[in-house]
Amino acid sequence: MDLTVLIIKSLVILAIFGITLLIATYSTYAERKVAAFLQDRIGPNRAGPLGLLQPIADAGKMFFKEDFIPAQASKWLFILGPCLAMLTALMSSAVIPFGDSIKYASYDVPVQGLDVNVGILYVFGVVSLGVYGIMIGGWASNNKFSLLGAIRAASQNISYEVALGLSIIAILMMTGSLSLRHIVNEQANVWEWNIFTQPLGFVIFLTCAFAECNRTPFDLPECETELVGGYHTEYSSMKLGLYLFSEYINMFTSSAVISTLYFGGFHYPFMTQVHDALVGSLGDVAGHNVATLIGTVVLFAKIFFFIFFFMWVRWTVPRFRYDQLMNLGWKSLIPLSILNVILTGAGLLYNIKYATWAIVLVMVVLGATNAIKAPRRKPVAVPQV
Amino acid sequence: MRAQTDQQKTEDSKHLTMLTNRSKQVSNKEMTLAERMYLPAILGGLAITIRHFFMKKATIQYPEVKRYLGPVFRGHHVLKRDEQGRERCTACGLCAVACPAEAISMVAAERKKGEETLYREEKYAAVYEINMLRCIFCGLCEEACPKQAVYLRHDRMVPVVTSRDGVIYGKDKLVEKLDDRYVRNNPDVKATPTEPTLSRSVA
Repeated sequence: MDLTVLIIKSLVILAIFGITLLIATYSTYAERKVAAFLQDRIGPNRAGPLGLLQPIADAGKMFFKEDFIPAQASKWLFILGPCLAMLTALMSSAVIPFGDSIKYASYDVPVQGLDVNVGILYVFGVVSLGVYGIMIGGWASNNKFSLLGAIRAASQNISYEVALGLSIIAILMMTGSLSLRHIVNEQANVWEWNIFTQPLGFVIFLTCAFAECNRTPFDLPECETELVGGYHTEYSSMKLGLYLFSEYINMFTSSAVISTLYFGGFHYPFMTQVHDALVGSLGDVAGHNVATLIGTVVLFAKIFFFIFFFMWVRWTVPRFRYDQLMNLGWKSLIPLSILNVILTGAGLLYNIKYATWAIVLVMVVLGATNAIKAPRRKPVAVPQV
Repeated sequence: MRAQTDQQKTEDSKHLTMLTNRSKQVSNKEMTLAERMYLPAILGGLAITIRHFFMKKATIQYPEVKRYLGPVFRGHHVLKRDEQGRERCTACGLCAVACPAEAISMVAAERKKGEETLYREEKYAAVYEINMLRCIFCGLCEEACPKQAVYLRHDRMVPVVTSRDGVIYGKDKLVEKLDDRYVRNNPDVKATPTEPTLSRSVA
């Protein structure tokens, strides 16, 4: 590989790494702000203007707390747990295409950590590894609550990975490629964004993404009311900080994957026209780079929306019971995603792109008729005083 | 007998419903398909929460912005002076007796010739101390005082104590400053029937 390409590539990778960390840091701030706003409060506003230094203050607090390892804990595994969680969380953003490409002289370097042709499989593999961090940490704590939380996390992640994978298969069938860049480029036209061709797949994927991130309503692994603190009950100081941080990185990554798979990644309406106009006015290299930058900004706007959505849902939907969680995963989402795959296949056979809307239509009709036919709840007679 | 108790029970429950008119009977009937799909209900919930996102916030920025606590708030003690600026306290000790926390102590002294402009009566408190670590701000001293000399200000709090030095407030901190007279802002609000109004003490 050429040295220039290497330098540009490493700059891109460093930038992605830094931005990932920065966004995860400020997600903690955003989470508290959004939570506060949804509850008619103001949220952190003491540290710095608008409380913007709050994450730094939090990190400082985390670092200065006592780093405690329980006497009966398995020491090295106890340390390995949060490291693994952090490592796997950081790895998964490597294959996401954050933009088109940067032109420099005769070089054309894609804005992406690395464009592997099995990109989505890589993401899945790394996400599945993420459960090791939780499992090892929970087990090494030598605490019943930690272990229960870890087991819950493991079984939940495994259950929802099935539906997650099946909902992706429909996209892979339509695209014919596992490369994330290829999937994004297939969605150049707005009406061919996968959200429009795969509405059901999107709902399933979104639900499973929530479960994979251990976010409410699927945050049973750290269900305080039942499990004290879940898998990180015994953790303190920056080890706890790493666990919490990795959760926010996971949130960022899954938002990025959702935007990439279903919302056209860095594509936006009239992108080619904008690109041509920029190239025409600024010249080939500069115009192309500015167009790439706009695409990247658009992608980040989508990502921020989904991060906000994660938080919005968190303060809306209460936690599921564990049996409800398993029922939803195994009895609803998996059959639905299989149906989705079959219908997508049929659609491909007869060349109908929007075939899966049939499922949505049928479900809406069924739901409506069922609701109409259902016996009305008698209004309770309230004796008037 | 049993029928009677059953009837009693339904009467009771009726009575409970009547209390607020908001109680609902729990129904455990099977969910419809739309309900089991969760999505309509979740979308409804999201709509509700996002409305709250843009609502006016209830927070008051406390140390910078302080709420008016009303004319009945019991804060910093003050030893009142009368209209001519003479101290009203006669060191009778009724406040100290009334104090459930035993926070008040005083030393009485006799007024000398020429001190008529300083003290209203012949006897006055040479030392008057309130221990702010003991005080529970119940306001019983204020009620006990026959001379309307001790008040708990409604507009000022005793500042937070960070060390044990200076928590016993002497006359220097308690006696009303002449340039900082204390009046209840809203004399129309009668806090308690026993509260002496300022106008009555003129006589």
